[in-house]
Amino acid sequence: MVRFNMILLLIVVVCALGVVTSQHRGRKLFQDLEGEQERARQLDVEYGQLQLEMSTWATHPRIEKIARERLRMVSPDALGRVLPPPAAAPVVKKAVR
Amino acid sequence: MVVRRRSQRGHRFTESPVLQLALQGWRSRSVGLLLMGAFLALVGRGFYLQVINNDFLQEKGDSRYRRDIEVSASRGKITDRNGDMLAVSTLMKSVWAIPGDARAMPVEQKRQLATLLDMTPKELDNKIASDKTFVYVKRQVPPETADRIAALKLPGVHQEKEYRRYYPTGDMTAHIVGFTGVDDKGLEGVELAFQGSLLGHTGSRSVIKDRRGQIVEDVGALKPPMDGKDVRLALDSKIQYLAYSHLKAAIEKNNAKAGGAIVIDSRTGEILALANWPTYNPNNRQHLSGAQLRNRAITDTFEPGSVMKPFTAALALERGKVRFDTVINCAPGRLTIGSATISDAHPHGALTVAQVIQKSSNVGTVKMALAFPPKEMWEMFDSVGFGQAPNLGFPGEVNGRLRPWKNWRPIEQATMSYGHGISISLVQLARAYTVFARDGELVPLSLVRLDETPVRGIRIFSPQTTREVRAMLEMAVQPEGTAPKARVPGYRVGGKTGTAYKVEGGVYAKKYVASFVGLAPISEPRLVVAVMIDEPTGGAHYGGDVAGPAFSQIMGGALRTMGIVPDAPIQVAEAAAGKGRL
Repeated sequence: MVRFNMILLLIVVVCALGVVTSQHRGRKLFQDLEGEQERARQLDVEYGQLQLEMSTWATHPRIEKIARERLRMVSPDALGRVLPPPAAAPVVKKAVR
Repeated sequence: MVVRRRSQRGHRFTESPVLQLALQGWRSRSVGLLLMGAFLALVGRGFYLQVINNDFLQEKGDSRYRRDIEVSASRGKITDRNGDMLAVSTLMKSVWAIPGDARAMPVEQKRQLATLLDMTPKELDNKIASDKTFVYVKRQVPPETADRIAALKLPGVHQEKEYRRYYPTGDMTAHIVGFTGVDDKGLEGVELAFQGSLLGHTGSRSVIKDRRGQIVEDVGALKPPMDGKDVRLALDSKIQYLAYSHLKAAIEKNNAKAGGAIVIDSRTGEILALANWPTYNPNNRQHLSGAQLRNRAITDTFEPGSVMKPFTAALALERGKVRFDTVINCAPGRLTIGSATISDAHPHGALTVAQVIQKSSNVGTVKMALAFPPKEMWEMFDSVGFGQAPNLGFPGEVNGRLRPWKNWRPIEQATMSYGHGISISLVQLARAYTVFARDGELVPLSLVRLDETPVRGIRIFSPQTTREVRAMLEMAVQPEGTAPKARVPGYRVGGKTGTAYKVEGGVYAKKYVASFVGLAPISEPRLVVAVMIDEPTGGAHYGGDVAGPAFSQIMGGALRTMGIVPDAPIQVAEAAAGKGRL
């Protein structure tokens, strides 16, 4: 009887240690997850800032200024314009609809 | 106490005299009961605290290690129809302080903080001299600066996340996009109109934190943050830029006070561009005046003038009062109704109905209009949306003024037929012209991009009538018409000029509003463009000379941007005129 009890006690101790370790590992993993989520938020913020920067660089007044002044571009006159044939037109229309 | 009598035989070691002392039975029992009672009371109290009323202790326990933290949500973006950014929120920090604690800061640290925040030490001292328990030292601090401040580990100085709104397109789209206040509250434009869906809702979670303040476990219910929904406007930023820059150029050239331009896709009723001048930079709103803030195209009404004539003509055609080529005698360029005289800017002789529109004859239009009872004319104006707000959901939309027909006098009916005595906004005007572009149907306008096409409208005129009106509008931009400068090389366009006197204090002043509304391509109309220039003082004041060229540039650019196939042969002279345009 005493031996049986000792065995049970041993099992209980082992289980208790197991619970402690798994709890610890769980928390470690949770912290890693937390860290990664924080990083995801950071990257999201950075993405927003980059998008903003891109749209600031790509404003139409700036593009026109560079095209006209630095690259010396001019718009073609009406005779120099060739529009895509009607077959290709639906694609363009779809993009702007 | 009773002591048992000691044995006469002397002391015995097997018994102690002390043990001979015996208590009376009731006494020992009562002590036993008392102790038992106290024990039961303890058990009862324990049971009460642990099982019945355990909330209090639970809460006390939780507060030792459990924290509720807020999870912030960002405001939705506003983009144009192709996804270009018009308004974006980025993360910023606000720096706040508990003045009581912050005053203990050494002078050197105060100086560092003030430098980082771009303040003088005096300003900082003033902020923390307050006797409140919370003051904002500075809001909307860039995250890099905030990190450097955090690294200083200043006593009583804390930070909080917040968002700042940026508008990359700036003054170009200022009126339509609007702006927000510091707490993400929409104050103007789309930011205000779509506040409900743009606004994010902060979530919360409760967590267990360890001694070092790190989160170790999620407990309890999680309320996920809800980011605001993005709004995709119908606006096309390229067309918007064209409209804005050409409007601005026209206003500068004619030395005008203000103006507005609007581009509508007549197939769907989407607003592709809406520009106003004067405007402002929504990213820096320090010196704003009411004039800059006003979204004239939507919130201001004006007497439109001759741009209304096509509606009178359309009604006359629709009711069969006249045909396209019915001749109306407009000589001698004057017409007296009651005590008032209506005159033409340039006297004409006999004109056909089409020529009345082409040359914009007031007399001819009035003769057509007086053939109707006031009620019919009122009903037509009402059905194309005059006198009622356009229902865009935009803040500050106006109804315009269309008086009830019951008390119209004949002279009023006459002046209304050519656009005086009635006032409308530029948006209402442009929307009404979609009737001519869509074979007689009126569609609701939309600020946001619509995905399901085609849109169904309400029929106002028959397709036959609108085809005839379109032909008249096309004649108006021919060399014999009022607006040859409104032509677009490569496309058949049509439109109508308007030159109206402004009403100041109830009388007509010698100030003008020049406007032009038109549609293109005539063979299969797709776009409606309306341009309004307020008080041109650069010599010219006729709609065809002031607003016509701007219309031509905006319409031409928009047609090419949308890839619409030209429907007219290009004349060499026109091509040269179009050179250098965007």
